[in-house]
Amino acid sequence: MESYDVVIIGGGPAGLAAAVSAKEHGIDRVLILERDRELGGILNQCIHNGFGLQIFKEELTGPEYAKRFINRVKELELEYKLNTMVININEDKKITAVNREDGLFEIQSKSIILAMGCRERSRGALNIPGYRPAGIFSAGTAQRLVNMENYMPGKEVVILGSGDIGLIMARRMTLEGAKVKVVAELLPYSGGLKRNIVQCLNDYDIPLKLSHTVVDIHGKDRVTGVTIAKVDEKGKPILGTEEYYSCDTLLLSVGLIPENELSKELGVEINPVTNGPRVNESLETTVEGVFACGNVLHVHDLVDYVTLEAQNAGKNAAEYIARVKNNISNKAEGAEISIIAKNGIRYTVPEKININRMEDSVTIRFRVGDIYKNSYVSVFLDGDRISRKKRLIMVPSEMEEVKLEKAKLAAQGQLKTITIEVEKE
Amino acid sequence: MYDVLIIGAGVTGSAIARELSRYNVNACVLEKEEDVGCGATKANSAIVHAGYDAANGTLMAKMNVAGNLMMDQLVKDLDIPYRKNGSLVVCLSEEDRPKLIELYERGVSNGVKELKLLTKEEVLEMEPNLSESIVGALYAPSAGIICPFNLTIALAENANQNGIEFFFDTEVLEIIKLGEGYIVKTNKKEFTTRFLVNAAGVYADEIHNMVSNRKIKITPRRGDYLLLDKSVGNYVAKTIFTVPGKLGKGVLISPTVHGNLIVGPTAIDIEDKESTATTKEGLDEVIQKAGLIVKNLPVRQVITSFAGLRAHETGHEFIIGEAEDAEGFIDAAGIESPGLTSAPAIGVMVAEIIKEKMGLTLKDDFIATRKGIFNLNDIPLEEQKELIKDKPKYGTVVCRCETVTEGEILDAIHRPLGAKSLDGIKRRVRAGMGRCQSGFCSPKVMEILARELGVSMLDITKSGGASNLVTHRTK
Repeated sequence: MESYDVVIIGGGPAGLAAAVSAKEHGIDRVLILERDRELGGILNQCIHNGFGLQIFKEELTGPEYAKRFINRVKELELEYKLNTMVININEDKKITAVNREDGLFEIQSKSIILAMGCRERSRGALNIPGYRPAGIFSAGTAQRLVNMENYMPGKEVVILGSGDIGLIMARRMTLEGAKVKVVAELLPYSGGLKRNIVQCLNDYDIPLKLSHTVVDIHGKDRVTGVTIAKVDEKGKPILGTEEYYSCDTLLLSVGLIPENELSKELGVEINPVTNGPRVNESLETTVEGVFACGNVLHVHDLVDYVTLEAQNAGKNAAEYIARVKNNISNKAEGAEISIIAKNGIRYTVPEKININRMEDSVTIRFRVGDIYKNSYVSVFLDGDRISRKKRLIMVPSEMEEVKLEKAKLAAQGQLKTITIEVEKE
Repeated sequence: MYDVLIIGAGVTGSAIARELSRYNVNACVLEKEEDVGCGATKANSAIVHAGYDAANGTLMAKMNVAGNLMMDQLVKDLDIPYRKNGSLVVCLSEEDRPKLIELYERGVSNGVKELKLLTKEEVLEMEPNLSESIVGALYAPSAGIICPFNLTIALAENANQNGIEFFFDTEVLEIIKLGEGYIVKTNKKEFTTRFLVNAAGVYADEIHNMVSNRKIKITPRRGDYLLLDKSVGNYVAKTIFTVPGKLGKGVLISPTVHGNLIVGPTAIDIEDKESTATTKEGLDEVIQKAGLIVKNLPVRQVITSFAGLRAHETGHEFIIGEAEDAEGFIDAAGIESPGLTSAPAIGVMVAEIIKEKMGLTLKDDFIATRKGIFNLNDIPLEEQKELIKDKPKYGTVVCRCETVTEGEILDAIHRPLGAKSLDGIKRRVRAGMGRCQSGFCSPKVMEILARELGVSMLDITKSGGASNLVTHRTK
């Protein structure tokens, strides 16, 4: 059985950055396992630009962004296997995977980085009534068909959900000559980034109907139309507000779900809010030596943040390996302090911090559950407020962050909990 | 001229075809859809009923019990998954208890073995997720779960192996009675046959009424279902029904043989024989009624919903046999629940009728067994290793949710009566059946289908007809 120091599950943006980072931090035996036929993950089908503004200070397309990391992987001569599906990871970090060349094989690793990304919520999960004809696609599937296979899923399109992929596809389908009739969003606010609303909908006069949903799908063989209705505050369709749109395609952009089936089998604890693993300041899951980053951990809105997080995971895995090799215990001194998300904050990543192990500062990423204007994000240490930062606007679709400084946490002494909450004026 | 022509390749038609294929007979099956099992067969509870439901003395009761008893051997011969998980009919209020006892007694007189009445404590020990308000249950160990697609595909494949021809996308438009036999006009071509078998599901009345003056009526009875993720597939171990009571007929909750959880159905009589659209009311009703049976139904784990049509005959009885005023016209009509369970027995009964009338003789070279579509998950790891070494296509996973390999998909396409569409693949090997509902694998499966069938991606359909998946090339 082959053995490695760090095996990265997934060769998308998170996996690539994590692998490069692990290598750069001194680990030689690194392996990336990728289920698709090339490295880069979903970036390969994201041919629009807007990637890299944070990291490279320039606007790149998805494939260009991926290429930078793929090149680095090749320069560093990192090992990777394509078309390789991981079937199982056990608690001893033995990985079972399958591909054509190696058949069914096992790998022993000292450390694992979970970077499997996410999948799209399907029509079924929404319980949209009606027929089940051809012509209903999740936005990402349509994106793959258009950008990678060069086939159009249809000519007249209605989009349910205003997630970023849906918005991007509204523009993409329009540029390809399709008529995008409307984007319906169940919530009273958009699920996508502001810039995508402007550049993908407004610039092309595509109407966005907030507080609307699809209540019926028509057509037995192929979609012939959908019925859209307004919803009340509880998201229930309001009788009498139904509008019929004739179309041959319904695209769904109604949320992403981290793909944690392997993590669950491995015994990693999952946070029910993010559907991702619970991690500490080192992005280490509840299974020692198993780290997580990218959309498998929590759904990000910008790939740049995925990269930053993944680099951190790669570095932490490298430090973990260094301790293993030097026979230093990986049990950190001192207690793990819980971070509590409260009053409008839905979750935080990480959820736990060990002061002895943390860097000088740790970035805590989170999302709010509603729209907050002129509010504050406050951090409390055992009830004492240590910071209060003004935010003009916070929306659920945009990830927020605060930095926690080691010095401040250490000064508190016998610290038990850190609380992050939204405070109004 | 055919000796026998069967209309309909659902589970009933396929079971009849397979039984007939034991004999020296020239027979064919006409199916208006692109694949077998596309009507009532494809959307039901996937249950092998014990046989306590149908009224004593009815053909329904007889076929149910006989079909159930045949299932063990049949699944072995056809190499398909089947699990005798047992069923519980739970009683939600004291005032419904007499109905439970009535069911028990009916079951006993129908010949159902091992029936047992359980106390509340016994039920909850068996099924801890059931509601505390349950007062008792009828336990039937002989009930089971099966995949209706697998069963029908296997029956049809085996019939085909044994010489029965299948014509798909072939819709019967008119039937003309001759002195002996029939002319069957279709959208494709004309067929002549001595015997005609009507296994046309919800359309069985239309077919019957083309030749007989003793009219029958089949009403499509729609049922909405929810299918839940495998992570909650063991929420209950047995198939849970409720006593028909003051809360209406109730819905069932059951694991499926592939490890999901199924909940439903509703029962709405409709006119349109093609109307398999689910409704909000229907899906809400399923959730509400299932909520009475179990504690905290995990509705967030729903991966898809669907509706099926039962072929409900007005007298609520199977109509099996030669029409009184149409010699050589054999009905297998009104096959609603427990139709799936009964199909193997109906197959035998119809084949017997034809055998007697035609004096058919048994074939020497009948092949009773069929090798199922191989699934990697079903064999131990060591054997998987050997197989992939030998056939590398089994090393390429196409559907990640259900771990379906390219090897399995190729098998599904190239075996007798192979898959031609995305749904055809899905029903045979489960690619696209999982939690992402084909989001990741559909472009790949489409590509494989186009390559193997030698057609353009533009011709690939979801389920035949005009259900094309992509419409044109990009600019």
